[in-house]
Amino acid sequence: MSEALTASTVTMSGHGGDEVEAYLAVPVDGASARGSVVVIHHMPGYDTSTKEIVRKFAAHGYAALMPNLYYREAPGASPDDAAAVARANGGVPDERLLGDVAGSAGYLRALPGANGKVGVIGYCSGGRQAFLAACSLPLDAAVDCYGAFIVSPVPEGVPLKVQPIVGLAGNLSCPLLGLFGADDKMPTPAETTELSKALHEAGKPHEFHTYDGAGHAFFAVDRVAYRPEAANDGWQKIWDFYGRYLTS
Amino acid sequence: MCTYTTEKVEITGSGKGAEGWFALSDATVYFDHPVHAMAEHTLNIDFRNPGKDPAARVAVELSAESARALIGAIEAALAAVPPALVA
Repeated sequence: MSEALTASTVTMSGHGGDEVEAYLAVPVDGASARGSVVVIHHMPGYDTSTKEIVRKFAAHGYAALMPNLYYREAPGASPDDAAAVARANGGVPDERLLGDVAGSAGYLRALPGANGKVGVIGYCSGGRQAFLAACSLPLDAAVDCYGAFIVSPVPEGVPLKVQPIVGLAGNLSCPLLGLFGADDKMPTPAETTELSKALHEAGKPHEFHTYDGAGHAFFAVDRVAYRPEAANDGWQKIWDFYGRYLTS
Repeated sequence: MCTYTTEKVEITGSGKGAEGWFALSDATVYFDHPVHAMAEHTLNIDFRNPGKDPAARVAVELSAESARALIGAIEAALAAVPPALVA
């Protein structure tokens, strides 16, 4: 694998036909049938560290696209300023998120060399959104990295405008990989166990891994929450998982 | 954990951000992951004016101990002047 890639900022059609900024990374390998990944950024936004993740997927042979979920509130703003606006507004509405992920998947399927298979991955708030997308859209593989509020409601007083979505488990359109930290409180291991139980009862293929010594955001290399042992193993799980469902 | 907690309060005053001074209209207060501070969680305050550009923001990320010390300092400063000034 050469790990050669190109990366750029593009404009895509998101929810309601809105033009949305997105970050695209594509392998430069001449492959004629490659899989694709929609990357859903964490609550801190469309930031440098998540763009690194997009490039990482391209380095591993996948075309990857990350829509800026906060673009409407803060076009052109720095990621932290945009995240502050989104937080004050109660986050991203689920319906809009789905439109943006659907638009991203369509963009990726239309790229030269695409094999038509699209996965989704999300971190933090994006973990819940990846599950939501996989339960609402035709996708081929989904990865939930420590997404909260899938099983339990948002605590009283927290202005995030989302509801539990575990009830959608029966609609899951593709296999789900869950990567969680044993020390996380949102989601707790009890909550991810409950989600696994719901998926099992619905007959939906999934594999969950909960890492000891890791909490929320253990993939975030620029934060003190980073846990290299968990993150390195998690990445290997992701490559194995996407290799099974996106590349053939 | 990502706490998602968010307290909002209307405020009156001014702040100085990356583009100079601007009028403030609200503050968002939350204890969650910082962008810059090297800590798992910090007490974060965004002094904002939503009517202006998103960059119209003064942000701070404080350790819990620092945040409590700041509360004490603010209370002390307000108590140290004649009550009529801060009524």
